[in-house]
Amino acid sequence: MYQPKNIYISIFAWFAVVLLAGCQPAQSTEPAPGAPTAPVSASPQELRVMTHDSFAVSEEVVAAFESEYNAQVQFIKGGDTGVALNKLILSKDHPLADVFYGVDNTYLSRALDEGIFEPYASPLLAEIPAEFQLDPAQGALPVDYGDVCVNYDKAYFSERNLEPPQNLDDFLDPQYRGLLVVENPATSSPGLAFLLATIGRYGEDGYLDYWRSLVANDVLVVNDWETAYNTEFSYWGGTRPLVVSYSSSPSFELIFAEQPLDEPPTASVVGPQSCFRQIEFVGILKGTEKRQLAEAWVDFMLSPVFQEDMPLQMAVFPVNQQAKLDEAFAKFLQNPEQPATIDPALIASQREQWIQTWTEAVLR
Amino acid sequence: MSQPATRSVASNRGRLGWLLWLPPLIFLALFYFYPLGNILGLSFARQEGGWTVAFAQALASPSVLHILGFTLWQALLSTLLTLLLGLPGAYLMARYHFPGKAIIQALTGLPFVMPTLVVAAAFNALLGARGWVNAALMGIFDLSQPPLQFTNTLTAILVAHVFYNTTIVLRMVGDFWSHLDPRLEQAAQSLGANRWQTLRHITLPLLLPAIAAAALLVFIFDFTSFGVVLILGGPRYATLEVEIYYQTVSLFNLPLAAVLSLLQLACTLGLTVIYTRLSARLSRPLALKPRQITQRRLVGWRARLMAGGFLIFLLAFMTLPLLGLAGRSFYGLDSGRERSGEVQTGPTLAYYRALNESRRSALFYAPPASSIAISLGYAAATVILAVGLGLPAALALSSQRESRLSRLLDPLFMLPLGTSAVTLGLGFIVALDQPPLDLRASPLLIPLAHALVAFPFVVRSLAPSLGSISPRLRQAATVLGASPRQVLRHIDLPLVGRALLVAATFAFTISLGEFGATALVSRPEYPTIPAAIYRLISQPGALNYGQALALSTILMVVSAAGMLLIERLRIADVGEF
Repeated sequence: MYQPKNIYISIFAWFAVVLLAGCQPAQSTEPAPGAPTAPVSASPQELRVMTHDSFAVSEEVVAAFESEYNAQVQFIKGGDTGVALNKLILSKDHPLADVFYGVDNTYLSRALDEGIFEPYASPLLAEIPAEFQLDPAQGALPVDYGDVCVNYDKAYFSERNLEPPQNLDDFLDPQYRGLLVVENPATSSPGLAFLLATIGRYGEDGYLDYWRSLVANDVLVVNDWETAYNTEFSYWGGTRPLVVSYSSSPSFELIFAEQPLDEPPTASVVGPQSCFRQIEFVGILKGTEKRQLAEAWVDFMLSPVFQEDMPLQMAVFPVNQQAKLDEAFAKFLQNPEQPATIDPALIASQREQWIQTWTEAVLR
Repeated sequence: MSQPATRSVASNRGRLGWLLWLPPLIFLALFYFYPLGNILGLSFARQEGGWTVAFAQALASPSVLHILGFTLWQALLSTLLTLLLGLPGAYLMARYHFPGKAIIQALTGLPFVMPTLVVAAAFNALLGARGWVNAALMGIFDLSQPPLQFTNTLTAILVAHVFYNTTIVLRMVGDFWSHLDPRLEQAAQSLGANRWQTLRHITLPLLLPAIAAAALLVFIFDFTSFGVVLILGGPRYATLEVEIYYQTVSLFNLPLAAVLSLLQLACTLGLTVIYTRLSARLSRPLALKPRQITQRRLVGWRARLMAGGFLIFLLAFMTLPLLGLAGRSFYGLDSGRERSGEVQTGPTLAYYRALNESRRSALFYAPPASSIAISLGYAAATVILAVGLGLPAALALSSQRESRLSRLLDPLFMLPLGTSAVTLGLGFIVALDQPPLDLRASPLLIPLAHALVAFPFVVRSLAPSLGSISPRLRQAATVLGASPRQVLRHIDLPLVGRALLVAATFAFTISLGEFGATALVSRPEYPTIPAAIYRLISQPGALNYGQALALSTILMVVSAAGMLLIERLRIADVGEF
């Protein structure tokens, strides 16, 4: 018999089940049991915080903020950093959120040129070294940093009695021929950071020659970090023991090993000017109607409570000098001797140009 | 084709016909044309001299023309290869009874829902430098280097496209074929035609509407391919969609991105116009038969061997990579340590256990059960929306095939499929930004966006069947006093019951696979399964990668179960009325 209602009833039942289930995670944003209880005078004020897709935070950290300010933080994920930033620029007239976290120093110029942030001179900036404070107008405030470095598979080198490379120059050595996999700077954020490291090391005049030599030494370029790390890197089933990743990756291999390890199975190449330091910023979005609460949230992100939570959640490190690094990291983290630095104004004016000339030289 | 009979039925349905157009048109106007127009306008406003300058600059650039050429070329190759694998499969599925058919149908549909990153990992485990195939070849021929190069090749793009899209041909052509009256072919053969002649002069011409519809969808999917080209093709290959992403996100060159989006749309539109002209000529009224009549058993060892061999090949290609992944999710992954002999790896449920605990009490942690529920909820909403909008559209198209409105709207209905997800995603941001339509950060936008992609699928799945319903059947019903509503309920719907299920399955899988979801704003407290997979796969550490594989396996099981369930719904199979 023809019974059209059956399908709709079953679909509807599914939908109902899901709506119920979907509500559960939202409840988890209620204050944790131990948190100080706020005066329950008014219903909580909502704060919309836009982030990139990699944002993560501990439940109790957010709960502490929410109860202190009688607020409810609504996180919105806008895609990769570049995608999220574009969305905010295009919605300037009707802002999507009150605060944006996640723009980094490779995208900072686009955010500042388009004027999406309102300046805020947070008192906590006093606890943050000047080298991180790249926006003199204080629209974008530094939150964390991470170093993009080449990682190597320790076992690969020890099995062959091969000395691991120490710096960028070494990657041109014929004994490391065909061992390095990097990401495309046009499509990948660590890829762009690594390109900037080479520009910082060899200068605007020298970096293309360096890359031509890398190509001659059989470097492999892939489009994304996942392909480079999960499929080409020899520790993960590929054939290349050198991969562009983060200085935090070896610690993550240790912390998230399937069975406990004594030390990280990988390490970073941290010689002078071999890494590039990515700094991520937070800013109050122009046109917000919750300026006061937004300021409180920015202060909160710069405070030790939030800063100490970041490494294990997002594999990035605190800029606030008062924040202590988790033991899991402190023991094995390698700090780059001198990360390559490039004047942010130069990145702003040359970024697109560098990517395009790199593409011509390396891919065509 | 304009038989007076068709006209009289059409006019009889005149009032109903107008109503049928309304829901799909309102939906498209609000959630497609309005956002798209908005973002294109805004993008061109950022160009000095306006859109003419943007176009002139883009079309004078050799790299744009090169990308357009490559996009067309790889889509053409991929579509031909997909048909080559899909059509024999569709024939077997349509004409023969054999055990496990529903399972095979569901398994071949699995690639459709898998995130590209997972599929790339699956193929690398099979064909990568240290994959099984290379390892076997190196063992057999005693080679020191892996002989097959897979990453960053055109082959990888083609293989992945065939892998993803063969199910479209299997389902759309297979379903239509299963209702063709085999007596037509038998008659031809008894009149002296050999098998080849029968195929060429009888079967293929009758099948063409379905083949053309499937080929069109496959082509558009390949033409707008993003993840496969980006991840498997590598930096040397770019489709228009990849270039749009690059221009938008990396270079923030919105005017050029807008030109490329329009170029992509123009190609989709042109192709669809050709298709609708063709299919108007091709589709003819047929007496569709229930499957019980059209299907038979495989007789004789030769037929069984050939059919079995082909099915094994098809299944191996479509499922081995995924089963390999599923296998790895139950097996220790610390490959580096296995090599140095520190730890013995073996069967484990560690990754599945880890999925159920939040080690870092992360705010956005969701147990798999709730992401499954959320994914299924979006999928269910997408099915309701897409079928609810696509069915009236397909009915209106088929009952007013000759009207000018119909000929105008038919190609337009395909456009959402050919639209750049990045561009449309930004369109939602700029257009749906004020009450009552401030949906930018609303969870409602997700099923709406999925339905936009699923809608053309629903229309195209239904159109061949609806187009082949003999007008005489409707006339007879009308003569006997049936109202247009009754004709719809008792003639059209039962006859397209199967096609409706095919359409629902596509909508379901499109939503589970999250087509174009990256372009939307997401609410982290409602993580879908693919979103959770992406979160895990983009972090170093065995436990994270293993959990991503475990969750992918769960996604496979959930989608297979969902597809089998839809298969069972049997709204109204032919022969049951």
